[in-house]
Amino acid sequence: MDAIFLQILNGLDKGSAYALIALGLTLIFGTLGVVNFAHGALFMLGAFCAVTLQKLFGLSYTVIDETQKDFLGNPLKVEVSYLEGWFGPEIGGALADWSVPLSILLAIPIMVAIGFVMERGLIKHFYKRPHADQILVTFGLAIVLQEVVKYFFGANPIQTPAPQAFRGALDFGVLVGFEPGAVIYPFWRLIYFLFAAVLIGAVFAFLRFTTFGMVVRAGMADRETVGLLGINIDRRFTIMFGMASAVAGLAGVMYTPILSPHYHMGMDFLVISFVVVVVGGMGSLPGAVAAGFLLGILQSFASMNEIKAVIPGIDQVIIYLVAIVILLVRPRGLMGKAGVMEE
Amino acid sequence: MTSSKFTRRGLLKTGAAAGVTLATPQLLLAGSHAGFTNAPTGSTVTLGFNVPQTGPYSEEGLDELRAQELAVEHLNGIGDGGMLNTFSSKALDGTGILGKKVEFVTGDTQTKSDAARASAKSMIEKDKVVMINGGSSSGVAIAVQGLCQEAGIIFMAGLTHSNDTTGKDRKANGFRHFFNAYMSGAALAPVLKNAYGTDRRAYHLTADYTWGWTQEESLKASTEAIGWETVKTVRTPVGAGDFSSYIAPVLNSGADVLILNHYGGDMINSLTQAVQFGLRDKVVNGKNFEIVVPLYSELMAAGAGENIKGVFGSMNWNWQLPDEGTRAFVKSFGEKYGRPPSNSAQTCYVQTLLYADAVTRAGSFNPCAVVEALEGFEFDGLGNGPTLYRAEDHQCFKDVLVMKGAENPTNQYDTLEIVEVTPRAQVEYAPNHPMFGGDEASLGSCNAGA
Repeated sequence: MDAIFLQILNGLDKGSAYALIALGLTLIFGTLGVVNFAHGALFMLGAFCAVTLQKLFGLSYTVIDETQKDFLGNPLKVEVSYLEGWFGPEIGGALADWSVPLSILLAIPIMVAIGFVMERGLIKHFYKRPHADQILVTFGLAIVLQEVVKYFFGANPIQTPAPQAFRGALDFGVLVGFEPGAVIYPFWRLIYFLFAAVLIGAVFAFLRFTTFGMVVRAGMADRETVGLLGINIDRRFTIMFGMASAVAGLAGVMYTPILSPHYHMGMDFLVISFVVVVVGGMGSLPGAVAAGFLLGILQSFASMNEIKAVIPGIDQVIIYLVAIVILLVRPRGLMGKAGVMEE
Repeated sequence: MTSSKFTRRGLLKTGAAAGVTLATPQLLLAGSHAGFTNAPTGSTVTLGFNVPQTGPYSEEGLDELRAQELAVEHLNGIGDGGMLNTFSSKALDGTGILGKKVEFVTGDTQTKSDAARASAKSMIEKDKVVMINGGSSSGVAIAVQGLCQEAGIIFMAGLTHSNDTTGKDRKANGFRHFFNAYMSGAALAPVLKNAYGTDRRAYHLTADYTWGWTQEESLKASTEAIGWETVKTVRTPVGAGDFSSYIAPVLNSGADVLILNHYGGDMINSLTQAVQFGLRDKVVNGKNFEIVVPLYSELMAAGAGENIKGVFGSMNWNWQLPDEGTRAFVKSFGEKYGRPPSNSAQTCYVQTLLYADAVTRAGSFNPCAVVEALEGFEFDGLGNGPTLYRAEDHQCFKDVLVMKGAENPTNQYDTLEIVEVTPRAQVEYAPNHPMFGGDEASLGSCNAGA
């Protein structure tokens, strides 16, 4: 029982990442009608915002310490961080320790700007082109972006630890009546789940309760009519692209202590996120979120030894099996609308 | 008055005879090299360095490439000579190989067997290489070794740790300087026994391909031999990223040791996540929970950060060794690149020198002559103490290092510390050992190709 509970928790944080990426994908598809294969790259770029800030906070100058030797026997060059030099070891150290949460402040403007440039500079030229063209161009863009990141940051995963205060694990089982030590869960994964829940809630609230959101929803339902009413729907859709980009970026920033960022991480998440969108129903925001969590949890369950003993290799294919079953039973996905991608 | 006896026909006959006479040494020379693939005929000889330049192991590959470039410089007499000065064989003199200047081409394996074979094939057919060296994955090494065997080219393996490379998949044209999974198990077990005792329960998470399987088999056998019980072995997909769903079941499995048969990015992720789940703070069966990473690399250790502190593992070589060969290589490499070499860099550098030395001693680039020169070759001064290239399986036998994540690193390269240099005798095994293909395993015969 405790093992099942632990796998549900596990599925929640993985599902949170799937849901956030799928949410952005659906927003872009719903508003602009573009199948954006570069969306995983936006998740990766967000993660590298955290890496960048960590590196900026770690910038240092060299002091030669004659008392110590380096690997060649020369006097050791000791790196002293500028941050600690300016603010003292306590504040400087705390800033470096909190670099991941602080990266959110850096990631929002950067990711919105990347979203704008991507949409205005490239993707808008493909609105009226077939989906296959959109997929090819965005897939190409994703490869370019990941190669650029690899050029600057290398191919190895880069450690971006959570703040010291959140590095431990919580004995979650005790809170719900299990034996002590039976369900131990890392703090940061809980924080990630809560962060994702707040972010998803904020996106839904924005679309539901603001005039801007109302116009966007109207545009998603009937773009031409909204345009005929004299509303510049293209500008709003560009803003939505920036917003979707920021959501993917923030998902990436906060995921860095869970999975050390590397240039290929976007592609790893992209494929699963597309399955999530299809299972949830193309164009359905609640569907994307629900399917994200559902598939995250199912994937966790499928990794349990007891299940793998019965069906070996199930952990590798469960997501695709579920996708096939749902598409056979409900071709529009869990919450898909009629008419979307059905021409 | 003299009259000339030359006629047009006579001139042609004389010219033809002179031409044949002058050409004879070249024809004979060419003949002496004919009968094997890519016999070098000009003043240069080309080596092929097939390493991952893209993909998840590209950092390892780029470090291998640095070392290979350095080896070529030293063979051509550029720089300080590095390990040529400490190598027990004195056949190489810095004038290339058999008087031919050494050139090289590079290929990108992408850590994929098919891509590695394609780039190796291109280097053999297009660039006419006589030897291929490099690689950071056993899957790749076994695939390229097979190709070299078919083509009649020598394969000097890079980083490949699966028992199969010189076990059931051994080939006459292939040679491995790097150690293997069996040796890791044999070296680690006594250290683990001393550190953690004999009453332990181990849980394995294993990368699901040839290297992972053989490492799991080797570690399982060596730890069970010291009294440990294996609770469970679980295979994980390569490049899984998030291993939390595999780590969570460890918590309540009753195990008190987690053995991570992972490498590269997978190891960085699985170790980090195991620490996040509080495994290292856990007390099970009245003992502190421990993690073991049987195969270490400096680049991985740097990636894992402080999570690696105090974790035991093993290595083929480390730049901190005090012997003369190591010091010479670290100096050359450090001065050229500003960083110490990794153990994958060292194995590629050494393999390139060993090939050049074997050709020089054999007096020929013919692969079969090179095989003969390397088989049973004993040498020293290349960083691992006295070493034997065993004739029966083309595996190098030398001391193995047991390492531990440094508790108090003083700089970015000081990530691992040497716990013990396990003597060669302790990691030796019979060529027909069951983990290495048993009596069925055979090198076959050497292939000189065309």
